[in-house]
Amino acid sequence: MKRVLVILNFFPKFQKANTVFHTPTHIFAPNFRTGMALRCMKYLLAAAFSLSMVFFSNSSFSQDQHENGEQQAPHEAPAEGEGEFNVTETILEHIKDSHSWHLWGHTSLPLPVILHTDKGFEAFSSAKLMNEHHEPVAYQGNYLYKVVEGKIKIVDEAGTVNEEESKKLLDISITKNVASMFLTVILLLLIFISVANAYKKRGVTSAPKGFQSFIEPIILFVRDEIAKPYLGHKYAKYMPFLLTVFFFIWINNLLGLIPIFPGGSNVSGNIAFTMTLAVFTFIIVNVNGKKDYWKHIFWMPGLPTAMKIFLMPIELLGVFIKPVSLMIRLFANITAGHILVMSLICLIFIFKAVAASAMAVPFAVFINAIELLVAFLQAFIFTMLSALYIGMAIEEHHEHELA
Amino acid sequence: MVLGAVVGSVAAIGAGLAAIGAGIGIGQIGKGAVEGIARQPEAAGEIRTNMIVAAALVEAVALFAVVVALLGNGA
Repeated sequence: MKRVLVILNFFPKFQKANTVFHTPTHIFAPNFRTGMALRCMKYLLAAAFSLSMVFFSNSSFSQDQHENGEQQAPHEAPAEGEGEFNVTETILEHIKDSHSWHLWGHTSLPLPVILHTDKGFEAFSSAKLMNEHHEPVAYQGNYLYKVVEGKIKIVDEAGTVNEEESKKLLDISITKNVASMFLTVILLLLIFISVANAYKKRGVTSAPKGFQSFIEPIILFVRDEIAKPYLGHKYAKYMPFLLTVFFFIWINNLLGLIPIFPGGSNVSGNIAFTMTLAVFTFIIVNVNGKKDYWKHIFWMPGLPTAMKIFLMPIELLGVFIKPVSLMIRLFANITAGHILVMSLICLIFIFKAVAASAMAVPFAVFINAIELLVAFLQAFIFTMLSALYIGMAIEEHHEHELA
Repeated sequence: MVLGAVVGSVAAIGAGLAAIGAGIGIGQIGKGAVEGIARQPEAAGEIRTNMIVAAALVEAVALFAVVVALLGNGA
């Protein structure tokens, strides 16, 4: 309830920010002047949709025919199933992290593999773990390594996994996700060092120029809509964290939406990644928690003693559930987006008809466009909830708190 | 084999239930937003933004269930 109320009061401020800084970028509020263009777009979309429906009905018709043809030879179907296209496998393979970065066809970018065993560290290219058909092969390092179900294991000559030895194996490779994260870090550094230099050169009072004028409204958005409403006058201390988290998640989300090489990895849909971010929030909340915060957890004021004892474990659980919900929210949203786009593309292969792409591709593009919004929204919500939790922990006055 | 089939269908039921919950939730949000805009058309932009944020929060709960369903399906 409180959260909703807090959300409600951020808009007048946002509009004020827009008028003060004359930003042409309207992050949230739709621009009604583009109404005409939108209407044109609507007709175009309707035309594309109806066209795709025509194609789709054709393709489903051909599918029927195909099925009829198959019915004549029912015994062959199960045997065919082995080498057939497996949707779940394909989608999960794209969602997962991997040791090489797939570019196109049979070409992929090998990434360094770094392993630690009881014989020390060793590093080699992931190309050595794969033959030219992208099938895993064993590589002789300090041990014999092979990729089994996406993970590097120690195997013997026959190719069976040695579980005992594999437990000692520590894999700290530069995987696809790690490489993508490095790219994000480089992007963040490029953006923010150039913008910071622009402020150094021109000062904070003159109008922003070039790239600076694109970044400034977003930074002000984080400051005015996220930090200030939830953190009060002490917001400046937490701005570096909030800005870093916001831009890191956002750029990772956006890179994940690019289907070709520099993007395409599912970084923010990786539970370890979101867990790390949530752990940062958890630490900041609990390190900065004031007396009132701990009092509300262990000895809720204004309640009978029996109720205080009853509430203590619940409130204590809440301390851990908050970062866990942050973690799962981001993970689930981004993963679900990737799965959705992949399933739509997979429709083409399920129907085994090129005509199905007339239906699948516009839908996939549509979902991708929605994912652009989700990418921003999830970065915003993660930052907003982090600020909310920090704000609740550092709050010292509680006149309006007890409801 | 039989057990696998049963687990799969149970996960699908879970995902379906989550979709029902999220559908009701987002429906309520949409209803509230449309009513709000009808009463105060000048606040349409603000209401729409709030609606999207609230819908994202509701959707996230449904996605928790989808994750559980996926895990149940994979195990």
